Amino acid sequence: MKIAICVKQVPDSWAEKKMVDGLLDRASVDAVLNDLDEYAIEEALRIIEPLNAEGATHSITLISMGPERASEAIRKGLSMGADEAILISDPALSGSDALTTSKVLAKVISDGGFDLVFCGTESTDARMSVIPAMLAERLGWAQLTFAGSVKVDPSSSRVEIARMSESGVEVMSASLPCVVSVIEKINEPRYPSFKGIMAAKKKTIAIKSLSDIGISPSEVGISGAWSAVLDAKARPPRDKGIKIEDSGEGGLRLAEFLQEKRLV
Amino acid sequence: MAKVLILIDHASGKVAKTAGELATFAKRAGDCVGLILAPEGQSQALSEQLANTVIGQVIAVESNDFAKHGQGCILDAITQVVEKVKPDAILIPSTSAGKEIAGRLAIRLNSGVITDAIDFTSDLSATQSVFGGSFTVSSKVSAGIPVITIRPSAIEAEVGSSAPAFEKVDVLISEKGKLVTITDSKPAVKGGRPELTEAKVVISGGRGTNGDFKPVEALADLLGAAVGASRAATDAGWYPHTHQVGQTGKTVSPQLYLACGISGAIQHRAGMQTSKTIVAINKDPEAPIFDVADFGVVGDLFAVLPQAGQAISAKRA
Repeated sequence: MKIAICVKQVPDSWAEKKMVDGLLDRASVDAVLNDLDEYAIEEALRIIEPLNAEGATHSITLISMGPERASEAIRKGLSMGADEAILISDPALSGSDALTTSKVLAKVISDGGFDLVFCGTESTDARMSVIPAMLAERLGWAQLTFAGSVKVDPSSSRVEIARMSESGVEVMSASLPCVVSVIEKINEPRYPSFKGIMAAKKKTIAIKSLSDIGISPSEVGISGAWSAVLDAKARPPRDKGIKIEDSGEGGLRLAEFLQEKRLV
Repeated sequence: MAKVLILIDHASGKVAKTAGELATFAKRAGDCVGLILAPEGQSQALSEQLANTVIGQVIAVESNDFAKHGQGCILDAITQVVEKVKPDAILIPSTSAGKEIAGRLAIRLNSGVITDAIDFTSDLSATQSVFGGSFTVSSKVSAGIPVITIRPSAIEAEVGSSAPAFEKVDVLISEKGKLVTITDSKPAVKGGRPELTEAKVVISGGRGTNGDFKPVEALADLLGAAVGASRAATDAGWYPHTHQVGQTGKTVSPQLYLACGISGAIQHRAGMQTSKTIVAINKDPEAPIFDVADFGVVGDLFAVLPQAGQAISAKRA
């Protein structure tokens, strides 16, 4: 199997965020590997490691779209154990929405001869959680998303997952090729080992422009976006509330507050 | 007059509360057409449950393939209904599946998509609350038929007075629509408590519960509230992962959010800070949760919660 894992560099979720002209100001905040992508990397590694130990040659390629500095975040995924990475970086991609991002990623995936794609369920910045489904749509592959467990049977080329969402648990399966997204409950991602970090320094991150992958700049970025921001404003800070010390009557005061506000 | 198509969510034979909410938004722009995708023989009964909504017309597609093959079939059906109805906008509940369907539908229709909207106006623009509620963004789809997912409980559903007109249509489901086979399905166990994202009141417990959610649950039951949990509590295995509120869990914005023994890390606040009223109980007077709380009690939740519960019950008696 040739596995692709879509990863994203995101602003550190601990950082204060600013918006400029309706877009997130990404330059002003620290950037890290999207937390949720680590679960996808971990799961793919757990699937191929035992197979490769018995002589198979399954590989993992990280695919990302972002500025060149995204290579720092990608390096973390390589140090966990992915084999190589492709970073699509082009000034024209700035301001791309999910429709464009999925188009770019799908192009690289279909040209790269991959047969299994892993993703996290969402990025911690945009939080749309639509990219995995959009990839399945664009590639015409089976969509196995929100997986709380994944079983891959390489001999029959079948993948089975337990989809876990607010509507319940569904067991579903499909033949390769398919797109899998994993929820964070699925595993505990490893910390890169010292050996892994050293090895990652020698792994290739192929940086490609839009023309390298065969997409015209006019199809992407803000000019290619399907929706326009009319207005973006910071939410006004909350008014300072009341804070009391509980000296035996905290619960009563709380009940009074809720009753006054007609909340109970 | 604009026409807005809304996707009616349902489970175990019951229409979801989001149907009335989406219809209320749709009405702002024009006529509301509801789309029901149901197993054979079940759409009429579902449609009858919509009598108290402002949906004017229901289009129903019946197929057992929806449950057997999932989203691929659902998309085939929606796309064909869209061709027939020619709506000016499409509203879908912002659930995990709803957002996925919206994303894929946008690609099929060559349209823009906006997810997790909290408002929708007559000019077909939508408002989102982003970065954990720290920004409000209003946007408009500039190409194709706008596909917009609406967060549950974003609006109080308007009550209608007449049953919608009902029409059943047939669609063709492609082989591509059947790539996935669903072999087993267990609907989420609906306890006595409301669903987290739909509840008007949410009471959450964190590290401060030390794993004992009884006082949190007791007050939740008294107030008809949903129970949430911080990541610390779900990671420790104290409460199911599906109840996690925050950056990597659910985003809630109820009328009242009560955070019990939760310090309020930015990741947790991202999931709840658009709640109308926030109450916090924490032993640590410096806990960041107090920065967003309208009412804070510095104290032990094991003392404060039962006392508040008793006072509320006494008042009701």
